[in-house]
Amino acid sequence: MTQALESADDALLALLQRAAFEYFLPAMNPANGLIGDNSRANAPSSIAVVGFALSSYPVAVERGWLSRADAIARTLAVLRFFGDSDQSGSPGATGYKGFYYHFLDFHTGARVWHSELSMIDTALLIAGALTAAMYFDADTADEIALRELADMLFRRIDWRWAQDGGETLRQGWKPECGFLHYGWEGYNEAILLYVLALGSPTHPLEGDCYHAWTETYQWENLYGYDFLYGGPLFVHQFSHAWIDFRGIQDRFMREKRCDYFENSRRATLVQREYAQRNPGEFAGYDEHCWGLSACDGPSDELPGVADEPRRLFGYAARGVPYGPDDGTLAGWAPLASLPFAPEIALDAVRNIQRRYPETMSGGRYASGFNPTLAGADGRAWVSAGHFGLDQGIVVMMIENHRSGMIWRLMRHCPYIRAGLHHASFRGGWL
Amino acid sequence: MQSRSKPDATPGDAYQREWMQNVRPSGWRNPTPVGRHDLVIVGGGPAGLVAAGVATSLGLKVALVERALLGGDCVNVGCVPSKTLIRTSRLYAEMRNAQHYGAQVPGDIGVAFPTAMLRMRRIRARISRADSVQQLSATGVDVFLGEAHFTGNDSLSVDGATLRFKRALIATGSRPDTPSIPGLAEAGFLTNENVFDLTELPRRVLVIGGGPLGCELAQAFCRFSAQTTIAQDLPLFLPKEERDAAQLLSDAFARDGIEVRLNTAAVQVRVEGGKKLVDLVSDDYRSTVAVDAILTGTGRLPNVERLDLAKAGVDFDTLTGVRVDDYLQTTNPRIYAAGDVCLEHKFTHTADASARIAVHNAFASGALPFGRRRLSTLTIPWCTYTDPEIAHVGLYVREARDQDIPVRTFTIPMHDVARAIADGEESGFVKIHVRERTDRILGATIVARHAGEMINEITLAIVARIGLRTLARVIHAYPTQAEAIKKAADAYIASLRWNARGKRTGRAKPA
Repeated sequence: MTQALESADDALLALLQRAAFEYFLPAMNPANGLIGDNSRANAPSSIAVVGFALSSYPVAVERGWLSRADAIARTLAVLRFFGDSDQSGSPGATGYKGFYYHFLDFHTGARVWHSELSMIDTALLIAGALTAAMYFDADTADEIALRELADMLFRRIDWRWAQDGGETLRQGWKPECGFLHYGWEGYNEAILLYVLALGSPTHPLEGDCYHAWTETYQWENLYGYDFLYGGPLFVHQFSHAWIDFRGIQDRFMREKRCDYFENSRRATLVQREYAQRNPGEFAGYDEHCWGLSACDGPSDELPGVADEPRRLFGYAARGVPYGPDDGTLAGWAPLASLPFAPEIALDAVRNIQRRYPETMSGGRYASGFNPTLAGADGRAWVSAGHFGLDQGIVVMMIENHRSGMIWRLMRHCPYIRAGLHHASFRGGWL
Repeated sequence: MQSRSKPDATPGDAYQREWMQNVRPSGWRNPTPVGRHDLVIVGGGPAGLVAAGVATSLGLKVALVERALLGGDCVNVGCVPSKTLIRTSRLYAEMRNAQHYGAQVPGDIGVAFPTAMLRMRRIRARISRADSVQQLSATGVDVFLGEAHFTGNDSLSVDGATLRFKRALIATGSRPDTPSIPGLAEAGFLTNENVFDLTELPRRVLVIGGGPLGCELAQAFCRFSAQTTIAQDLPLFLPKEERDAAQLLSDAFARDGIEVRLNTAAVQVRVEGGKKLVDLVSDDYRSTVAVDAILTGTGRLPNVERLDLAKAGVDFDTLTGVRVDDYLQTTNPRIYAAGDVCLEHKFTHTADASARIAVHNAFASGALPFGRRRLSTLTIPWCTYTDPEIAHVGLYVREARDQDIPVRTFTIPMHDVARAIADGEESGFVKIHVRERTDRILGATIVARHAGEMINEITLAIVARIGLRTLARVIHAYPTQAEAIKKAADAYIASLRWNARGKRTGRAKPA
């Protein structure tokens, strides 16, 4: 019986993973390798989504969904694009100082939406490039070129400039006004950013930048769980897509006798606890249906909803226990916590699929769904189309759960290893 | 003493007249100084009044000099009028939100702003009675209304009269630090010093600054139905507070209907057609808001000017105030300071506590047989009276980590507290920070409808060195919102036995 269940789980995960990966195939512009941020018409490219795509191609090769040659071609196309891109930092450029604007024109690769030069999204992009470089290790001309390109892109990022003379990294920069000030404090997905920035052989961070960032951490006992607080679930997932945090500890985690992997497990349990309590009394929330994260949701501008007393947040990083929470859940979020807490993650996956089948199309999760705003047919409000970030994290976290492939690859990435060492990580596979 | 040198009694009603009679009686004649005073207090705000009370109870000969209104900012243009108005504005919010409480929304919720202001003036007049000029004089204090100027190490003058002293206390308070925005002065603006003189509600208000005053009054104006925008040149309101607290406040503001502009600076003001047009800049986004009134709440400056402090040998800085040591003694050993004029934490209760220390230390070797007291030993709570309120005491997590103190926080969301659920007041939390592997409380932040009341229990615990282990044994009346504190203590006890994974954890040391 248990074996049968495990087999059913495996089959389900295989289906979900492949469907998520297949987002990237039609979403790519063959001319430059850029990937659409989402599947809606006229969507720009998101550099973070490109990073997830670059990390997913090796998975697809291993799983037999994509030929090695095809994966190399896609990877080379986009790395060459970034390698040759306009780095002048002008309002219509692609990047500056080795960083890239968050959103780029799908066709030209020029900055769109007045978006910011994004440090975290550049980190997600470059993590994808490094993943590709670790996987495509053959001595062929293409694979050598691919590795050299990835290395060049990484080495030219001026992380030190992004400190702006301060203790920690800035989150963004715009040619119109300089560095942005978002007050990005506390634990979040930036651990990958710091590790990469510390591991740079060319422009590493100055001073005790990582320590200064971790000083803003909040270690809390919430709902009976001791954990490093972060509200939205994705902050406990994104860095873990690349780095295997099991058994390695930085100074903070040594003090707490924990590690970031275990921390993400507890954060997942906290999410379930919150949904059980359901302080906002939203429809659908319970121990089998949870997942507050960055996702698309209804907004106040929705026709017919404008007069509702609640506030609706559109695309936002929803979190627990302080919100924002407007009743919108990210169906993919429990799946992305699969490596940390497989039992409750799979339980939520199955329950959400059963109760709200409308959240999926083509086997892929919509970015968000809101059962409280069900239509006359009783079906939950569902975000239109699909978002690349959601699909990418699903592909990678299912793979890490199934085989640990990305983690194994990146354990050997010299820049990641150096960054982890500089960030005071010790023990385990390090 | 405070900067409001010309009191405005615009409404001219009986309450206004009583208030003025209490705090600045017309026809008051200063006494003629006779001999040397044991203590001369410059400034009749909370610090000065407390100091006068303590000193007279010791049998000392005391004089107090006040430039403007006795009682200082707190009773006249600060805590008392603002909390009074906040209460009325909260009632309007609750009426509009009646359905949330299972009640019917009243048919007509027209805001009677003049009535709210009348109530404010009535209450202010009543509270000002306790510390009126007449009352103070009746306790034996020589009350001088006028400008004080130091004339030497042990003397000062008030309107031509010379006062000689054994000891002096500078308690001149602080005033609003108004931002230097081109066009702002010409357009006119409100601060705490004149906002309570309003007789009509401005239809549209821009609040510049996201500190306690700006946040409190922005919410009050909005709830009085003014179209309110608040611009804060930082990523969050209340920059000293914990991120989650400030975030909850932002969310509450948005629910109230305040237009929240974070990371936004006001850069230019102009008047067109009777409207004040304010240019705002947020990174690369520029916009203009049209309003009828601008309220600034961008910090406070100590009142150190016009005192001739140099003649008394008292060092000062125009930004940080009178320089004092941990005993509140200035660079002139005869002269002490207390309250806003010398302290970072500019609160009425801090002024009170510091005044007691200053008087004690000023006479420690004479009238008092005890040793001197230190300012740094005080445990100071504070609260911003928004809805929800945000209260804090002790260390923040970041401060503790800066000092290499490992911190563990026990967090109870108010949605886990029965009384908060029953009251429909679930927005908020109690966070108690303890030293890792002990139950010693380092600090706490409370966000709750009545956080200001709740923080006092934690303050008591810190002062009395009561740890979470003992707090867990304290029976809290059920149902109360303060039960959240007990729950945090219970969480600590539970964590001693089993952690979330069911594994045994190390026992914690008592405080």
